[in-house]
Amino acid sequence: MSTTPVGVIGEFTEVNAAVAAAEKLRDAGYRSWDIHTPYPVHGLDKAMGVKRSILSYFSFAGLVGGLSTAVGLQYWTGAVDYKLNIGGKGFFDWQFSVPIDFELSILGTALLTVAGLFHLCRLPTWYNRYQDDESFKKATDDTFVVTIDSEDDRFSADGTQTMLRQLGAANVHLVTATAE
Amino acid sequence: MTVVQEQERLQASLLGEEPVREGLVLGNPSVRDVTARIASIVESKITLKYLATLAVTGGMAAWGLFALYYTFTVGIGAWGLNNPVGWGWDITNFVFWIGIGHAGTLISAILFLFHQKWRTAINRSAEAMTIFAVICALTMVLSHTGRPWLFYWLLPYPNQMQMWVNFRSPLAWDVFAVNTYFTVSALFWFVGLIPDLATLRNYVKSDIAKKVYGVLSLGWTGSTRHWHHYEIGYMILAGISTPLVLSVHSVVSFDFTVGILPGWHTTIFPPYFVAGAIFSGFAMVMTLLIITREVLDLKQFITLKHFDNMNKIILATGMMVGYAYAMEMFIAWYSGSDWERWVFINRAMGDYAWAYWTMVVCNVVSPQVYWFKKARRSIPLMFVISIFVNIGMWFERFTIISTTLHHDFLPASWGYYSPTWVEISILIGTFGIFLSLFLLFAKFVPVIAIAEIKSILPGSQPKHHHTPHS
Repeated sequence: MSTTPVGVIGEFTEVNAAVAAAEKLRDAGYRSWDIHTPYPVHGLDKAMGVKRSILSYFSFAGLVGGLSTAVGLQYWTGAVDYKLNIGGKGFFDWQFSVPIDFELSILGTALLTVAGLFHLCRLPTWYNRYQDDESFKKATDDTFVVTIDSEDDRFSADGTQTMLRQLGAANVHLVTATAE
Repeated sequence: MTVVQEQERLQASLLGEEPVREGLVLGNPSVRDVTARIASIVESKITLKYLATLAVTGGMAAWGLFALYYTFTVGIGAWGLNNPVGWGWDITNFVFWIGIGHAGTLISAILFLFHQKWRTAINRSAEAMTIFAVICALTMVLSHTGRPWLFYWLLPYPNQMQMWVNFRSPLAWDVFAVNTYFTVSALFWFVGLIPDLATLRNYVKSDIAKKVYGVLSLGWTGSTRHWHHYEIGYMILAGISTPLVLSVHSVVSFDFTVGILPGWHTTIFPPYFVAGAIFSGFAMVMTLLIITREVLDLKQFITLKHFDNMNKIILATGMMVGYAYAMEMFIAWYSGSDWERWVFINRAMGDYAWAYWTMVVCNVVSPQVYWFKKARRSIPLMFVISIFVNIGMWFERFTIISTTLHHDFLPASWGYYSPTWVEISILIGTFGIFLSLFLLFAKFVPVIAIAEIKSILPGSQPKHHHTPHS
């Protein structure tokens, strides 16, 4: 049995301190790290240097998919596969296709937005390397929890902890995993 | 509030951190207090009073389900429908319930886009209400088919008859609109719930509850990288729900307007239906929230300020509905069509005049008290008015359907429609289903969006960030 470091955890209770620390960590060149917060903190993503989300591309793909499904379905069934004359109305006209075009565009956008969100956030993942850490659990209550993973090139068990303490984090400690 | 506090608040508002308005959360709770206050509802013991209430609403639901079973085994003849009135309480209830749902989407989507911070205390329960109302609406429309086990005939699927759905019919549009509405509302609600379920996962004590909330929260950790995607996703969902909510009741109104019957074939129907839907939905949110806030003691979060705002919306949409009633009458006269004129005179003075005037009194007259701030902040009064509006909006749909149908073009086939015990039981049943689901929701799901409330607490956002946010 041996223990390997998983990462370092530190707590902030004050939001401005957390943002300031995020900027310092970003500027120090850390890449594999995160701040877990109980609610979305505005500007914290920027302070951490998070790149702009590509989620809206998923949504747009959903819109295109939904719209073309709607048009294709109504055109093919009505004007190609089974032409049925109902009250002399056209087999396919864009006017009567609008409600379903609209609804399926919305549906496609919503489905792919949620699917994209789950994909980008890797949900569901019913496991987290820090999940048993008491500090980490506070992130859904009232604490801003910084985690810096051991995979980070700049990570060093002692150096990273010292840096976090200098930034004002409380309860800084190393999280380890026990390998069999 | 002391002078010093007032000055501090004013200063904060000048810095753009807080609006110069009355606070949305009373008692200045800390972030931890918010978690404890709302999550503790889930942890609290199930009381006898709760079980008794659930038994009553469950009984109503069971009675309604029995009436549905009776309908399906005996046939639609169990209802009071006749020739010429082929649509009765079933479609009335369908339009009523779909309309109820609209307030939830309005609060969660439109008010979100307009950065109305006060929505955060009420959006969760309003969205839940939307989903439950749409479930009731779907129940009604499925039972209206008479053979609900063949519901899939409504969907375009390859079949042995090689036939497809008639996309030129507004009834087919309705299938797509209502199902899209249900799916998108449910997704929106669930996405909003994920962070709060994670909070519950870490808050609850029992192992089973931890597992259940743990699975449902999908492993959400509150990572800032995830919040970044999440906020954009939430914004997109709000953005698409806004036109969706306007479209759904418009499509429902097409069920009437695309027909050429006098009283239905009017261009005012889509906006008139949407305004009416929001009107009735807000009344239902009001009824439910007044009770919820009292029973769960949430006065700290759901304040008179919230009710004041909602009453303003009820007043505004009530006026729109009143305008639509007047305009319908005017256009019937102005059109010069004898049939149109006759239908509207008959609506106000014919066999169903009692229903018409009930509607006008409840929907147009009763909300007028909300011109006065005292009335907008009086809990007993607003409770009564919210019930009035619910009744009035139900009668609006009933009036529209029955007055046009019971006297058609041929006097020989004129008739009168009144419901049987089966239809009355089904309406009671839908209320039972709706209230039971809401009770279960209020006990086991955070009734207030925890993460959202936290994000609007004074001092919860960084100081150097000056742009206003929701």
